Amino acid sequence: MYKKALILVALGLLLIVSGWSGGVQEAPYDGVIKLGHIAPITGDIPKVGEEGTYSVNMLVEDINNAGGLKVGDLTYKIEVVTEDNESKAESAVAATTKVITDDQVLAIIGSYSSKQAIPTGEVANTRKTPTISPWSTNPRTTKNRPWVFRACFIDPYQGKVAATFAKEEFGIKKVAVLYDVASDYPKGLADNFKEAAEKIGLEIVAFETFTTKDRDFSSQLTKIIGSGAELLFTPQYYDEVPLIVKQARELGWNKPILGSDSWSSPELFKLGGKDLIGSFFTSHYAMKGATGATKEFIDKYNAKYGYKPGDVAALAWDATNILFEAIKNTGGLTGNLEEDRKAIRDQLAKVKRWEGTTGLMSFTEEGDPIKSVVIVRIDEEGEFSFYKMATPPELK
Amino acid sequence: MTSVDLFRQFANALQWGSFYALIALGYSMVYGILMLFNFAHGDIFMVGAYIGFFVASALVGLAARGFLPLPGWSILVLTILITMFLTSFVGMLVERVAYRPLRDAPRASAAITGLMVGIILETGNLALLGARRRKFPQLIETRTFEIGAVTVTNTKIMIVFLSIFLMLALHLFIRRTKWGMAMRAMAYDFVVVPLMGVPINTIAALTFAIGSALAAAAGIFFGIAYPVLEPYMGLIIGWKAFVAAILGGRGSILGAALAGFLLGFIEIFVAAIFPSTLRDLIAYSIILLILTFRPHGFFGESYSAKLRL
Repeated sequence: MYKKALILVALGLLLIVSGWSGGVQEAPYDGVIKLGHIAPITGDIPKVGEEGTYSVNMLVEDINNAGGLKVGDLTYKIEVVTEDNESKAESAVAATTKVITDDQVLAIIGSYSSKQAIPTGEVANTRKTPTISPWSTNPRTTKNRPWVFRACFIDPYQGKVAATFAKEEFGIKKVAVLYDVASDYPKGLADNFKEAAEKIGLEIVAFETFTTKDRDFSSQLTKIIGSGAELLFTPQYYDEVPLIVKQARELGWNKPILGSDSWSSPELFKLGGKDLIGSFFTSHYAMKGATGATKEFIDKYNAKYGYKPGDVAALAWDATNILFEAIKNTGGLTGNLEEDRKAIRDQLAKVKRWEGTTGLMSFTEEGDPIKSVVIVRIDEEGEFSFYKMATPPELK
Repeated sequence: MTSVDLFRQFANALQWGSFYALIALGYSMVYGILMLFNFAHGDIFMVGAYIGFFVASALVGLAARGFLPLPGWSILVLTILITMFLTSFVGMLVERVAYRPLRDAPRASAAITGLMVGIILETGNLALLGARRRKFPQLIETRTFEIGAVTVTNTKIMIVFLSIFLMLALHLFIRRTKWGMAMRAMAYDFVVVPLMGVPINTIAALTFAIGSALAAAAGIFFGIAYPVLEPYMGLIIGWKAFVAAILGGRGSILGAALAGFLLGFIEIFVAAIFPSTLRDLIAYSIILLILTFRPHGFFGESYSAKLRL
């Protein structure tokens, strides 16, 4: 009996005290901005989850150590609730629902690969919570979902940049494409490249295909060599690219080879070796040769976690930062969760010419940024080095 | 297609056909002698490539430390010999564990056993070594030659010649040795011949050993030409080599070798002439058509007890 009474008294006191102190400077949400972070901590791609989490935590720590995030006249501490989506679509749904309803977060960072980012986007959009995916390049993640954004470019856009680079850098007229017709990503990108290339006056002299698991491309490559093409575009994965490049070189191809962000794996050079030197690919960012904010980020991450961050980490850093930018731009939070979520969404759609570690970007109502693309060259040491930044005309 | 392209594609087809031919031989021998389709054969090819990878890496490592001061080509020869030897034991083990107990079981059961052994080899590899791709070490420096307007590499020439050499060696073994005679006798009749004192178990093991050794050689050549290894690499090439074995005439060594090359030529030239998306569609429609007119393949005979080897 005594105990119960004591607890009641204590609770009552607590209420009075907290009410009192709040009376002077009343910060909504008790001065804490809560964000959700949905990442593949376990499952097929744990490295992606790790890099993303490290990046988000590093940024939040920085902000909190500097006193917090200033929104309007008030300063807030940041709290991130990280949930594991196990690299599965159904777990992504559960994790997203949990942070929105249980944790009542203001906004979400996540998910990472499109397989989980599409369902996360669906839940967040239905429940009207602003969400930004750092790494998902599939158009469906944000399509017809006003509440969902992303920090990376989408595939059609990448194809366009690759075609423009091919034309401007090498001053050529004829290009060839070799891709896997049975796989979504390469097929989509090959089509995007073809469309964009034809639009700017390049001639596609060979549009050759193979199917997943094929290892011999000699017939297709012989055709490509015979077609008079001056550049080969092949948007394939790291286990196929080494074989394509090796066979092309052996068959006598000594012209440039261009790839896409799927090349960007540390395994690529281990498998392909010196044949890859001098090839180019479009990517989100380059570790080597980075300058300014990008270099600062790489050094800080490397010092803290002991290895250099990949594109996932850089994009997670940018996504989180963009979110903070939008929160700041609301001019002040009201304390009404629904209204504040709406205000953050509206500000996200208005972020213009924002510069992050992965380049310059502007957001649109569709949720996909107009963004610069990094052209990476595989250098003599086999490292992915910064070659050039391709900035779309809208940002110039 | 210009004539230059024609010669280029011819060289491509010779190399690609070598793989089908070497693998098809293993299918054909086992079928000729034991009336059995060894569906695990494509995966034995994969195991051969991996054993080759480890042997070659070990030898290269030894050479780098100065224990084995040999030039690259002799390391290659050693790798081929050691790998063929080791993989032949894998073949014999498969025969002993999976096929011998089922020798009197219905043929369908034995065929299913082969599929299961294949799955075990694939997933076993996956569990043991993980999904990470392996790079087959480069043993000899690749050199390209210009013959006319055709660019060929030394490895391509080597693969084609070594494959043909191995096929000839097999032919001589079967035709000129006592063991070869025993195998031919077994192919003639595997019920009566054992009664004449020919040891069926030894012959069965020998058949598997030779077939697997050839698959191992194919695995190493494949690793040299396409140096990215993964556990499922034997699956599709195994199926296609099986098609070659059937096309050659079940149990016919010469037929399997010729059909292997033919398959390589059809695939390469279909992709060269038509859009490459249609390659397998057209290539295998052609094969289907050939089988419609020659249901027993090139050298097969219908239900006859004629000499198959």
